[in-house]
Amino acid sequence: MNSVTLPDSLGHFGPYGGRYVPEVLMSPLEELEQAYYQARNDSSFREELSWLLHYYAGRPTPLYPARRLSGKLGGAEIWLKREDLLHTGAHKINNCLGQILLARRMGKQRIIAETGAGQHGVATATVCALFGMECVVYMGEEDMRRQKLNVFRMRLLGAEVVSVANGSRTLKDAISEAMRDWVTNVATTHYLLGSALGAHPYPMMVRDFHRVIGEETRAQALQQIGRLPDTIIACVGGGSNAIGIFYPFVGDSAGRLVGVEAGGKGTDLGEHAARFSGGSPGVLHGTLSYLLQDDQGQVGLTHSVSAGLDYATVGPEHAWLHDANRAEYVSATDADALAAAQMLARTEGIIPALESAHAVAEAICRAPKEPQAVYVVNISGRGDKDIDIYRENMPELDDGASGK
Amino acid sequence: MTATSTRIGALFATCRTEGRKAFIAYLTGGDPSPEQTVSLVLALERGGADLIELGVPFSDPIADGPVIQRASDRALRAGMTLPKLLDIVREIRRQSEIPLVLFSYLNPLMRYGFQKLARDASAAGIDGVLLTDLCIEEAAEPVSRLRECALDTIFLAAPTSTERRLRLAAEHSSGFVYLVSRTGVTGEQQSVSEAAAPLTQRMRAMTDLPLAVGFGISKPEQVSEVARLADGVVVGSAIVKCIEENAAIPGLNAKLESFTRNLTAPLRRA
Repeated sequence: MNSVTLPDSLGHFGPYGGRYVPEVLMSPLEELEQAYYQARNDSSFREELSWLLHYYAGRPTPLYPARRLSGKLGGAEIWLKREDLLHTGAHKINNCLGQILLARRMGKQRIIAETGAGQHGVATATVCALFGMECVVYMGEEDMRRQKLNVFRMRLLGAEVVSVANGSRTLKDAISEAMRDWVTNVATTHYLLGSALGAHPYPMMVRDFHRVIGEETRAQALQQIGRLPDTIIACVGGGSNAIGIFYPFVGDSAGRLVGVEAGGKGTDLGEHAARFSGGSPGVLHGTLSYLLQDDQGQVGLTHSVSAGLDYATVGPEHAWLHDANRAEYVSATDADALAAAQMLARTEGIIPALESAHAVAEAICRAPKEPQAVYVVNISGRGDKDIDIYRENMPELDDGASGK
Repeated sequence: MTATSTRIGALFATCRTEGRKAFIAYLTGGDPSPEQTVSLVLALERGGADLIELGVPFSDPIADGPVIQRASDRALRAGMTLPKLLDIVREIRRQSEIPLVLFSYLNPLMRYGFQKLARDASAAGIDGVLLTDLCIEEAAEPVSRLRECALDTIFLAAPTSTERRLRLAAEHSSGFVYLVSRTGVTGEQQSVSEAAAPLTQRMRAMTDLPLAVGFGISKPEQVSEVARLADGVVVGSAIVKCIEENAAIPGLNAKLESFTRNLTAPLRRA
């Protein structure tokens, strides 16, 4: 297992990854890759990013022992990596700060992004405000309906939110539309892609900007627990929070890495976003990875109560970790995630994002069977943005919904 | 690779001899329905098209503007698939020898399998394959499979392409090279991009292959302007839009034929 040195020079993680885009974007991607390598080796870039992550975003985030949750489950000792406490309420800001500094180095003044749940859109709008750059966020019409609060937050921050009415009107279509914008405006525009997806160098670069999650976890576990965790659990949409926390542990021989996909409401194509159990290798949005597709190679529709996990393909490094048996991938259903969110809220006073609630659900499922184990669950975001969806799904708690 | 033995090579050779430029028409296979594609291709040919790019509809066409996106949606809703498109090609071949290029995003072809695709497409009467999102770095396997079955492989070059990438496109293309006249998605434009002429000149310095210019060309004046630069002129969205606007009326084929004849008129005069 030497995935610490991956990807190769063309962006491959084993057979996955690569760069499958229209020719117009090939030279700009090569430029971006070169700019990223230069920045990564530039101590002033690294220092400025560290400064921002600390003073602006609020790093390091705590590693917190979830004693009441662990006690209730009566098994493994569960610790929470609190990315939900970061500025803007999710891990997404780590990558946005890194990419905005890179965009500034490259002289780009206009930033575009896609968003599903709105967390990446909010984080992008935030860093654009901070650096005085123009910001356009593409968001599926269906997601705009599901995530009204984040749409308003982006606008309040000065971003333009463009509604995408194509296809399934979710994250997949938002990315397609952002890519069309980028193809058109590539000379002036940086595409601030929000997950460890897309064409090289994005999967590598986004992972690198999030690996701080895993590096902190490692140091904090040794200091606070006295040993490394047995199991690390994170939700996987595109997979940025998961690869961020997994990556510093990938080279270890021990330690289970568990990615949790959206099991949605069923196992038929269109009812979930479980790419590893329901998909097969294919190309979407510039990368080769596990893809939900039909027998004709048309991309399948997906469903999840969580907009951030509602996507047909998964970051290519996860595909590699899966095939190399270094990480395992499971799924949690909509119902599991909603129940897990409620349990975490009531035992720890923490309302997780619906995405993160999928990781919590897996921990809840495993913990009773492993009394000696130490788990770290990545709470990648907080649940404020999901309050409307929680309300819809928990009518018994909601006066406004009574009588419906 | 320069000389090819396909209908594409023969077409450009004839054009060179006759001192004229080729008109390349794109349409999405199965739009508005699979049953209409054969007659639409024949209408394009009667209107003066020299080569047809047959689009394989894809669910997520990231390089296409709204017109071709809608065409893909219509075709997919009408049940269009790659195997059905190959049936359509066989039917076209009973009636026409016009060069046919399969124009697609990678995933539907990858799913079909390149070895099988190369065999089946060649047997059906396809002459070449162009993949919008297959960069040359990833193309070794598909190119060798396609060439084994004597299919041309056409790659794209764009205004943003570096010299190194132009050379790669030339080296891996056969039949012709497709020059994307501007940065952007497919769709009609008011005028021919200023990037078209310098791109054509840069590519001309790299290769003797025929050069076709596309993206944003929709009017006879633009056809005429591009014909002065390149060996072939590609019109896509304007043709697809003509099909879209007339899909519901009887006489679609005649309408498309006259629309195409109008576009190809400058090439006949030249």
